[in-house]
Amino acid sequence: MAIRTAPPPIVTAGRRRPAKPVWQRMVEARWCYLFMLPGMILTGMFTFYPIVASMYFSLLQWSGFTTNATFIGLANYAEVIQDRFFWAAFGRSFLFMFTSVPVKLTLALIIALILNDAALRLSPVFRTLFFIPVVTTTAIIGIVMTFILSPFNGPINLSMLFLGILERPIDFLGEADSALWTVIGVEIWKWLGQPMIYWLAALQTVPPVLYEAAKVDGASVWQQFRNITAPLIKPFAIVIVLITAVGTLKVFALVQTMTGGGPFFATEVMEVYIYRTAFGSAASQTLPRLGYASATAVFFGFTVMALAVIQWLVARRVNRGGVETGGMEG
Amino acid sequence: MSSATQSVNTTSMTQVVKKRRLRPARVRELVVTLLLIPIAFLWIYPFLWMVSAAFKTNNDIFRTGLTLLPQTLEWENFVRAWVQARIGQYFLNTVIIAAGSVSLVLITTSMMGYALGRYDFPGKKTIMAFFIATVFLPAAYTIIPIFDLVSTLGLNGSLLGVILAQSGGAHVIFILLFAGYFGQIPRELEEAAIMDGASFLRVFVQIMLPLSKPIIATTIIMQFISSWNDFLLPLVLTLPRPELRTLSVGMYAFRGEYFTDWAGMAAAATIGIIPVIIVFLFLQRYFIEGLAGAVKQ
Repeated sequence: MAIRTAPPPIVTAGRRRPAKPVWQRMVEARWCYLFMLPGMILTGMFTFYPIVASMYFSLLQWSGFTTNATFIGLANYAEVIQDRFFWAAFGRSFLFMFTSVPVKLTLALIIALILNDAALRLSPVFRTLFFIPVVTTTAIIGIVMTFILSPFNGPINLSMLFLGILERPIDFLGEADSALWTVIGVEIWKWLGQPMIYWLAALQTVPPVLYEAAKVDGASVWQQFRNITAPLIKPFAIVIVLITAVGTLKVFALVQTMTGGGPFFATEVMEVYIYRTAFGSAASQTLPRLGYASATAVFFGFTVMALAVIQWLVARRVNRGGVETGGMEG
Repeated sequence: MSSATQSVNTTSMTQVVKKRRLRPARVRELVVTLLLIPIAFLWIYPFLWMVSAAFKTNNDIFRTGLTLLPQTLEWENFVRAWVQARIGQYFLNTVIIAAGSVSLVLITTSMMGYALGRYDFPGKKTIMAFFIATVFLPAAYTIIPIFDLVSTLGLNGSLLGVILAQSGGAHVIFILLFAGYFGQIPRELEEAAIMDGASFLRVFVQIMLPLSKPIIATTIIMQFISSWNDFLLPLVLTLPRPELRTLSVGMYAFRGEYFTDWAGMAAAATIGIIPVIIVFLFLQRYFIEGLAGAVKQ
């Protein structure tokens, strides 16, 4: 193991480089550059250029309708820092992510563990049913959900009244206290199937022989999960958390169609805030402010990316620590 | 208590002593199945309610309570959805956009993954670093320049703008999957082909691509789901052009115009959602294996 993790001998690299100058290696790799080209052009136009352009736009006062944008330096940022609607939306986006991701991943893992049971013959049917919401169009789901959750004889309120859980119907999406949690709940329902499939894929890599051995030793279900399943699916968990967290950043479709950010901005997450500021909405009669919206987008984007980098560094450190002290647990 | 744990413990010994130990696993199966049936029913209840509402009259939807079976079949709702809400047109637009972005993404990410995974070339590490840095980039960060760029290029009059913008996201996960997969393939395979005089392009198309079917499946499924669900991009790029709207945007606009036509909206939602569910049911093996591939590789 020590041999494997040792850094590769520098000699090799040092010996190779003077033999072939960079330009020569570039000529040799011309096919590689050609293969990179189509993807680079597209991402250059629609990912990397927008990253830089956003920073430039954020220094402008610009309504988007006219070409006469005024350069105003960092004035937009000075305003962003004092904008309480911005900070509220900023906090809400993180609240959304830090609530939805852990709940979704935990529930998905529980369902996956239940469905991974070889004795359950209907398992593929349940897997299909739990996965169905994932393939449906988010914006349409958002609209259908406003009916389902309607306080005027919507099916959820009706059944809760019928069962005696409620005395009066709840306006789930119309009240500031419940709206955000309701949207988070629907988001978890909509996307739960995706991490469930990931967990199932991870669980299927655990050899059944290990469980049989554990059963012979009399290990409980929890002990089996802790000592066999958990360590073996841990390498997958990092990828699953990453993919799920990235997906949970994109909640615009659901929030915009379910509440439009209301009531009284109670569900206005960053994407909705930026959309409203940049492209206006029926509710706000104000002119679109592309420059200011860009400043908020840049501020938010860099915070998210900084947090992601920190999280990645921490995860890498923890993983390394785990490898080094690996002998202690066993 | 002890008998319960024992029943769990002995399940997979069933193959060994089939007759005597078959029962505990069957009991557990029955209990779990009976628990999961109502949960799964509630899970898909919104879709059942939607289909049922699509056949009811506007008055009946919220008056008939919890009954899923409509009293009469109001096909009129579907006519309104098709004519007024133009759902058919939007469905076609969404299919074109999804097909276009899936094809473009497949071509660009497989080629990039091949170059990055199999070859060393100057600048490779820098390019990788730039791409990986964008993984956590929020969509709202780039939407304003994309809107501006698509208008400047004059692409806001066609679906091409949406297709290109969707394909131009840095699809880091697909690139890494392709790179990882191509990187594992033994060198001898292409060396033999190169000896026979095959070009770089031919090795890629005729040898490497056919080998990477699992990753191709994952890319198609994940990009399809993402394109089909996309809302912010098509909303910003097509809202002023009704004939270019996707299902998401069309449905959103329909509600804005006819916000009391519940039955019409339910019918439109049914037309928009049910075909995809049917396609999924037929191709679910590919969906599930494709998605699972994202984690397994």
